[in-house]
Amino acid sequence: MPDKSAEALAETQPVGKSPRNKLKAPAGTLYRGREGMWSWVLHRITGVAIFFFLLVHILDTSLLRLSPEAYNAVIGAYKTPIMGIGELGLVAAIGYHALNGVRVILVDFWSVGTKHQKLMFWLVIILWFVLLLGFAPRHLMNVFGG
Amino acid sequence: MPTAIAEAPTPEAIQSFNVTLIIRRFDPEVDAEPRWQDFDVEMYATDRVLDALHKIKWDQDGSLTFRRSCAHGICGSDAMRINGRNRLACKTLIKDLDISKPIYVEAIKGLPLEKDLIVDMEPFFDSLKDVQPFLIANSKVEKGKERTQSVAERARFDDTTKCILCAACTSSCPVFWTDGQYFGPAAIVNAHRFIFDSRDEGSEVRLDILNDKEGVWRCRTTFNCSEACPRGIQVTTAIKEVKQAIMRGKP
Ligand code: SF4
Ligand code: FES
Repeated sequence: MPDKSAEALAETQPVGKSPRNKLKAPAGTLYRGREGMWSWVLHRITGVAIFFFLLVHILDTSLLRLSPEAYNAVIGAYKTPIMGIGELGLVAAIGYHALNGVRVILVDFWSVGTKHQKLMFWLVIILWFVLLLGFAPRHLMNVFGG
Repeated sequence: MPTAIAEAPTPEAIQSFNVTLIIRRFDPEVDAEPRWQDFDVEMYATDRVLDALHKIKWDQDGSLTFRRSCAHGICGSDAMRINGRNRLACKTLIKDLDISKPIYVEAIKGLPLEKDLIVDMEPFFDSLKDVQPFLIANSKVEKGKERTQSVAERARFDDTTKCILCAACTSSCPVFWTDGQYFGPAAIVNAHRFIFDSRDEGSEVRLDILNDKEGVWRCRTTFNCSEACPRGIQVTTAIKEVKQAIMRGKP
């Protein structure tokens, strides 16, 4: 409650009398959550990315019903290096979302899941990297090697 | 001899530190936006962030506004964001913080900011009221007898009896920040305390309330609440147990 005395004090004392006001941004600091929070942030980002991919994917596949030529033209246009990198991103996103999805299921259904959530997060990250290490070189060879 | 012993721990012998606090201030009558302000205070390693706030309020700027009552971690008045994490100011020791850098102190997130470190707790208590956090037992006990409970039955909800309603958990939850309708961890913790109490007869009602779209299913297991709880309550585990009780249809 903004009571009278505090108000009066604020007037007599110059507010912000300390000259060092480096921080201008009125926004609060970023919440410093730990493994659990970041696993969720990544899960969200990859989830939204996968959603947009599926949207485009359903649209381009449905072209097949209109005309196979149009479908071929669109799919052919995907065969560029930029799309190749995009495909790598897609596999990365699906890989993380799938692995962390298993972790979330275990957190909720495994009796000691909540206890081991941090360990499981790091396992997810390790498995994810192994997956990408296997996939990325081969895929990039296909994209750039011809 | 006794005097020598009494003299040993003189205040000079204990090293003090110059600590900088950067506090997010907001006075609704003056400021359009919150602003950061820094203060330098002389502190001992065994002091707490609450002591620093007191020193500022008493010696430097009396307009600094915050809530505290017990100063010993039991009333739950002084949850705030200290260096980006929800903590009780009265339980955060200076020696546990990196004082080579400034300490950032701001109000908890997700509840309407009223002034400086004070937020409007009404929405928080409203969700608590919604889960009916009191014993519901309508059956008659034998005259002169009590409602007995075994040690094992008591142990099931022991963890959630420790809650001091500080709101550190609820205001650390990313889901609650964006969806203020979500019941939030604290309400679920306090529902858990009665749902799993063998003497209570209202579990069905509470499970039904928490089966809501804004109930336990909003939980995304970010574990921020478990990290934030100053009482060490395994909040996410309690929420998970309520989820499972809802699926089972009984506690
Ligand atoms: S569960 Fe812990 S963090 Fe949440 S209100 Fe209770 S004491 Fe505070
Ligand atoms: S002042 Fe009571 S909990 Fe900190």
